[in-house]
Amino acid sequence: MAGSTRTSITRRADFSASHQCAHPERSEEENRALYGPATRVHGHNYRLEVTVSGEVDPVLGMVLDLKELKAILEREVVGPFDHRFLNYEVPPFDRVIPTAENIAREIWRRLAPPLNQDGRRLERVRLYETPDLWVDYAE
Amino acid sequence: MTSLTRRYPFSASHRLHSERLGPEENRRVFGQCNNPYGHGHNYFLEVTAAGEIDAPTGLLAPVSRLDAHVRQAVLTRLDHADLNRLPEFAERVPTTENLGLQIGQWLDQDWKQVGRVRLARLRLEETGSNAVEIEFHGS
Repeated sequence: MAGSTRTSITRRADFSASHQCAHPERSEEENRALYGPATRVHGHNYRLEVTVSGEVDPVLGMVLDLKELKAILEREVVGPFDHRFLNYEVPPFDRVIPTAENIAREIWRRLAPPLNQDGRRLERVRLYETPDLWVDYAE
Repeated sequence: MTSLTRRYPFSASHRLHSERLGPEENRRVFGQCNNPYGHGHNYFLEVTAAGEIDAPTGLLAPVSRLDAHVRQAVLTRLDHADLNRLPEFAERVPTTENLGLQIGQWLDQDWKQVGRVRLARLRLEETGSNAVEIEFHGS
């Protein structure tokens, strides 16, 4: 392979958290139609997959040191989110409904600044709420 | 771009056999799947809806609406069914490819009741070892 080839790596991280999806200004019925059983306080074992692309460093043979990626995921997401009640303890979910879509977007916002550096780019955040339901987010 | 993917199980039986091929040719092409008495699989269907997050609700679309549509359009037809008896497979071999394309057509009809999202992709697993993916482009 001559020249440079953009390559992506994906790292997985898990966190467990509780949440509640309901809009305070909507009726119980409206909330149930939108969020189903998620209107009650409940929790998930969330699984996060983060994909970063870049050039493979010719000396290190890496797009990004996985230890460094792991440390960023710990600092930005797992540390603040794990074993927390998102609505009460993790801003902005005191005012933004913590749907899987909104959580994935918030994770993107936290991860983009430290990962979009040195020619690397955050490509995708995939957040599994359960093994049967997941959201892919990219800007 | 944001997408939401949901994974659904269903179980069905089928036999791969084409009237356009002779008995020898059928056995050669379809191998053990040509067994005259048929056989079955636990399939998994992944349906991906893509669009923009609706700011007030924090949702791409309510999961209950996606579930209702997939159930009505696909699962009621396929779960615990003999695929070869369906009119859609009277003259088409129910391979995973053809079944995936047919599921895409069923999902496409009345898809708008899911919400303001588009049908972006489907993935159909016949077994844990083989799967078909279909991407949808446009509207």
